[in-house]
Amino acid sequence: MTPNWTVSRLTWRAPVLAAGLCVLATLAAMAQDGSTGRPSALATLITWVPFILKGFGLNLVMSVLAMALATVSGVILGFMQISPVTLIRLPAKLVTNLFRNSPWLVILFAIMFLVPFQITLPGGDKVMVPDWLKATFGFSLPVMANVSEILRGAVASIPSGQWESAESLAFTRGQTLRHIILPQCIRRMLPPWMNWYALLTLMTPMAAILGVNEALGNTQAAMEAAGSRPEFLIPFYLFLMTIFFVVIYPISICTRRLEKRFATGS
Amino acid sequence: MMSPTGNWTVEQPIVALHGVHKSFGSLEVLKGIDIDVMKGEVVCIIGPSGSGKSTLIRTINGLTPVSKGSVKVEGIEVHDAKLDKLALRRKVGIVFQQYNLFPHRTVLQNVMMAPLLVLRENRTEVEERARALLAKVKLKDKENAYPAELSGGQQQRVAIARSLCMRPDVMLFDEVTAALDPETVKEVLVTIRDLAMDGMTCMLVTHEMGFAREISDRVYFTDAGRIVESGPPSQIFETPQDPRTQEFLSKVL
Amino acid sequence: MLDLIAPFFERLYDTTGLNFSPFYNSYDWGRLVEGMWVSVKLITAIIAVSLVIGVIGAGAQTSRLRIIRWMVSAYIEIFRNTPPIVQLLFFYFGLGAITPQVDMGGWYEPAIGSFGWAVIAIGIFGGSYNVEIFRSGIEAVPASTKEAAESLGFSGFKIFVYVTFPLALRICLPALTNNIVSLAKTSSLAYVIAVPEITYSLSGIWSDSVNVPEMMLLLFGYYIVLIAIIARIMTMIERKIALPGYGQ
Repeated sequence: MTPNWTVSRLTWRAPVLAAGLCVLATLAAMAQDGSTGRPSALATLITWVPFILKGFGLNLVMSVLAMALATVSGVILGFMQISPVTLIRLPAKLVTNLFRNSPWLVILFAIMFLVPFQITLPGGDKVMVPDWLKATFGFSLPVMANVSEILRGAVASIPSGQWESAESLAFTRGQTLRHIILPQCIRRMLPPWMNWYALLTLMTPMAAILGVNEALGNTQAAMEAAGSRPEFLIPFYLFLMTIFFVVIYPISICTRRLEKRFATGS
Repeated sequence: MMSPTGNWTVEQPIVALHGVHKSFGSLEVLKGIDIDVMKGEVVCIIGPSGSGKSTLIRTINGLTPVSKGSVKVEGIEVHDAKLDKLALRRKVGIVFQQYNLFPHRTVLQNVMMAPLLVLRENRTEVEERARALLAKVKLKDKENAYPAELSGGQQQRVAIARSLCMRPDVMLFDEVTAALDPETVKEVLVTIRDLAMDGMTCMLVTHEMGFAREISDRVYFTDAGRIVESGPPSQIFETPQDPRTQEFLSKVL
Repeated sequence: MLDLIAPFFERLYDTTGLNFSPFYNSYDWGRLVEGMWVSVKLITAIIAVSLVIGVIGAGAQTSRLRIIRWMVSAYIEIFRNTPPIVQLLFFYFGLGAITPQVDMGGWYEPAIGSFGWAVIAIGIFGGSYNVEIFRSGIEAVPASTKEAAESLGFSGFKIFVYVTFPLALRICLPALTNNIVSLAKTSSLAYVIAVPEITYSLSGIWSDSVNVPEMMLLLFGYYIVLIAIIARIMTMIERKIALPGYGQ
C-alpha cells in the first residue's frame, strides 16, 4: 500500500489555527489603525505581501537545497561512523558531534566569514559565491550531522541476530548492510528525517542576519520602506509566522502520522 | 459526610452486595450479584475467565463504580457520592494480580507510604508496624530493596504487607497468584492462609482450587456475570448441583 | 588569571599571527567573561521558564475543559511550527512596542529589556516541547500503579505528587535532556536582539580586532564545553534517580 498523504487527511485543527493566526494579524493591524490620512497597517501589509512571499520562495529553495546536501553528506558521514576502521570512524564521530552540538547561528557565522567570497573555477574564472548559497551550505551542516546520527542510531537499533544470521549465510559486511540492515532502517529514519526538514526550514530566516533577502529580511525591509511605523510590527511578524506555519504544519502532521504508524505497525 | 461506622454491628454482614449490576458500555459484566460476608469469614470466588470475578471484587472498594444495586461495607454504601472514600479505603485493602508496588520506593517505604501520607500517623509507630508486617511476610531482610530487585512472589508479599499496614477490616485478593511462577505461588498462599487464620475477613478471586477448598468458609461459583452456585467448599467441590459448576470443575480439577 | 596567560598569547600573536585578543587584552577579556556569564544566566533562565511552562501545560492538558486542552495544543502547534527567530522578534519588537515604560528617574526604560524578552520568547518556545515530553511521561505511568495508590486512600493530588510525577520524571528524562541541550544552543538566537551573551560579545571582538577564525574557534569551544557540562549534569541526575532493576 502506498501512503497517501493528502490535505484531506489533515486534522481540522490545521486550517483553523492558520486562519486564527491570520485573523489575529488582521485584528492587530486594525486595532492599531488610529491615525487617518496614512494607509492602514493592514493595507500596507497587503501591498507588501508579494514582496514577502518572494522572499519566502528563497527560504524554500534554501531549505530544499540544504536538505539535499545534508542528506547526501549525512548518509556518507553516517556510514563512516559505523565503519569498523577506526581511522574512518573517529573523524566521522568528531565531525558529527561538532556540528550536532553547535548552535545554528554560530555555524552560520563560521561559514559566512570563513568561506571565501569568491572561488576560482578550474578554468581560471572567478565566481562570486552569493550569500544565500553560503547560508544554504551553513544550514546543511547541522542537519548533516543529525542525519549521520539518525543513520547510526537506526543501524544500531537492528537486533544483532540479523547480523549474525546474515553472517552465517556467508553475506559480506557490505551485502548485509545493503540487503538486510538498510531496508529495515529506512522506515525508522523517515520520520526523524522529515522532522529535520521542518526544523531546517524554520531556521532559514536566520539568513536575514547575514543580509540574505529571504522572507524575514524582506519583511523588515518592507516595514522600513513603508515608514517604520510601530503598528506594523505585530501584523507583519504575525503574517510571516503564518506563512511558515501553513507550510510546516502539514509536514509535522505527516511526520506524526508516520511515527504512529511505524510504532504500531512493527 | 456519613459516619465511618454507621449503625453497623458485628452480627450484620461486614460486606454486603445486593443486586449488583455493572455494564461497560453495552457489555453487561455483572447481572445481579448478591453476596453477604460476615466478619472473620474467608470467601472464595471461582469461575471461568471473563465471568466478571475481578470486576465484582473491585466494586467492593469503589475502584469500579456499579451501574445498579448496592455494595455495603460495615453498613456504609460504597457507591454513595457523599461517601468519605478515605474511610472506606482504610477499611478495605486490596492486592492485585500485578502487585503494583511503587517502583521508585524501597520495600519499607512502600509499606509505610500510605499510613504516613494518607493517615498522617506517627513515623516511629508506622515504621515499627511496617517492620513487624515485613517480618510476618518473611521479608525482613529485603526492606531496603527496590521492588524491581525482588521476585514476583516477594513483590506480592510486600503488596500484602502494604495493604495490611493500613489496618483494614477486610482484605480483597484479586487473582494474586495468577502472574507468579509456580514455585513462588506457595509462599504467597501461605501468607494469605496465615492471615485468614488470624481472623482477617478475606475475599479472594482465585484459580487455585486446592487452596480455595482448603481455606474457604464459603465458595461462590460465578459464570457470565451471575452467581451460579454457592456453599461450603465441601459441597461445591464434591457435590456441585449446577451442570455449569460440574463442567467447570471437571475441567480445572 | 589574565596576567598569567597574557605573555603567552601576546607571543603567539607576534610569532604566528593568531590573535586571541581576549587572552591578553583586558578589555576583550572583560567582554569574553561578561559574555559567558550572560550566556549562562540566559540559558539557566530559559530552561527554568521552559520547565515551568512544561509542567503547567502538561497539567492543563489533563483538564476536563475542552477549551483549555484545545488552547494548550494550539500553543504547542503554533510555537513548534513557526520560526523561533521570528517568534523572538515578534516578542521583542512587536510586544515590546506595546509594553509599558518604567520611569527610571528622568528617563524611561521598557519594563522588559532584551534579556527579559529573550528569556520569555525562547522559554515559551522550549516549553512547547516540554509540555509534550512531560505529557508522554505522565501517560507512560501504568494506570495500575495509580490504582494501587488510589485503593490505599491517596487523593488525586497525592497520587500525582508521590506516584505519578516521580515515575514520569524518570521516564521522560532522556527526552528532557535532549530538549535542554537544544535550548542551550537556541539561546544564541538572543544575539539578534542584542543580548550581550557570548555570540554577541565575541562578534563585537571580531569586528574590532578582525580575528574571526580565532574567535570562531573560541565560540565552538565554548559551546562544546557547555553542552558537555549540561550532558554530564543530566547524566548525574539520571544516575542519581535511577531505580535498581527498574526499566533496564
